[in-house]
Amino acid sequence: MKTTTLKLVTIVTERILEERVLRKITEIGARGYTLTKATGKGSRGVRASEWEGPDTRIETLVSSDVADGIIEYISDNLFEHYAVIVYVQEAHVVRGDKYI
Amino acid sequence: MEHIGVLASNLLSPIILLFVLGILASLLKSDLKLPSPLYNGLTIYLLLAIGLKGGVELHKTPVSEFIWPALITLLLGIITPITAYNVLRRLGRFDRINASAIAAHYGSVSAVTFIVAVSFGTMNGLTSEGFMPAMVAILEVPAIVVALMIAFTREKRAGSWQEALHEVLAGRSVMLLLGGLIIGWISGPDGFEPISPFFETGFKGALALFLLEMGVITAKRLEGLKEVGGFLIAFGIIVPILHGILAIWLGNMAGLSVAGSAVLGAMVSSASYIAAPAAVRIALPEANPTLYLTASLGITFPFNITIGIPIYYAFAEWLL
Repeated sequence: MKTTTLKLVTIVTERILEERVLRKITEIGARGYTLTKATGKGSRGVRASEWEGPDTRIETLVSSDVADGIIEYISDNLFEHYAVIVYVQEAHVVRGDKYI
Repeated sequence: MEHIGVLASNLLSPIILLFVLGILASLLKSDLKLPSPLYNGLTIYLLLAIGLKGGVELHKTPVSEFIWPALITLLLGIITPITAYNVLRRLGRFDRINASAIAAHYGSVSAVTFIVAVSFGTMNGLTSEGFMPAMVAILEVPAIVVALMIAFTREKRAGSWQEALHEVLAGRSVMLLLGGLIIGWISGPDGFEPISPFFETGFKGALALFLLEMGVITAKRLEGLKEVGGFLIAFGIIVPILHGILAIWLGNMAGLSVAGSAVLGAMVSSASYIAAPAAVRIALPEANPTLYLTASLGITFPFNITIGIPIYYAFAEWLL
């Protein structure tokens, strides 16, 4: 089957940032995303509130430019004060034109 | 009320004992914990129940009876973050950001402390004014706004003021409380009657179950005590008592009953743990969450529900 090579950007962050991150990645050019609840352990242990629930894991399939834009936004705005992980993988996607 | 006996009866009530069980379970590394959807469901139930019941009472109350307590509560919502901020800055030598962050919590209100205070009164035969839940809604928002304004007017901040305000106003706690109040007010006693068994009968049991989880959460915050230092521990007990006494005195002048003044005292003395942490995390991300969460949940909340509330009732009785 024909596949297109895209970038899979994964962001794991505090639940409280979910709405903000989703709004920004959509502005930058992501056409969609997948959300999952996430728990784990890292260098930052403290969250805003138990009420907010577990962390959130956001996955989005995007073009290389959009992936760069998302990483730039997160590095400039969120790394300093919040618990955030972001990484990019290459993905061979079926029906790739849906995502760019 | 016989004060020592009342204090003992509070400490031995199932609500407080379940809270202690939660703390012990957590300290003993037990796997006891409410599933997160149940905890969320209980919070929604409790906030909506107090909102609805408050709205129904408001429906029956003439404006003249309600207006002075409401104005006093609004005034307290503006004063208390300012006093907390100044104590933290001047006596505690905290930096501006952390002082504002903690002040936002101490100006705002803990709905659970409010509910425990009302239950404590009814357990001892003292009924507070039915419209008191409206005061929780009045107290919740302004304090956070005032505290964030202190931080934002002084210097440019990394966080977003607009997003924080949205978080406070559109957050679940304000929506449920205020929404419940309005719905209760519109429907009145007759409209509320068909759903009242659900919201009245199960209320105390739900509160008891909720307190179990609050014990687990509090225990997690107790670990932060080593980091926050003696000043914040003293602050978390003394400032609430002073705020509580001021509120009881003003509440009394505004015409509230003994129980009403005591409940207002408990409310004003309490520190928010739902709305304020979320707003502060967004608006002041540089502030250290260990400080404000440990102070509000690890120190002030357990102090208030065990010892603080009986003190506020005793002071309100003495004053009247």
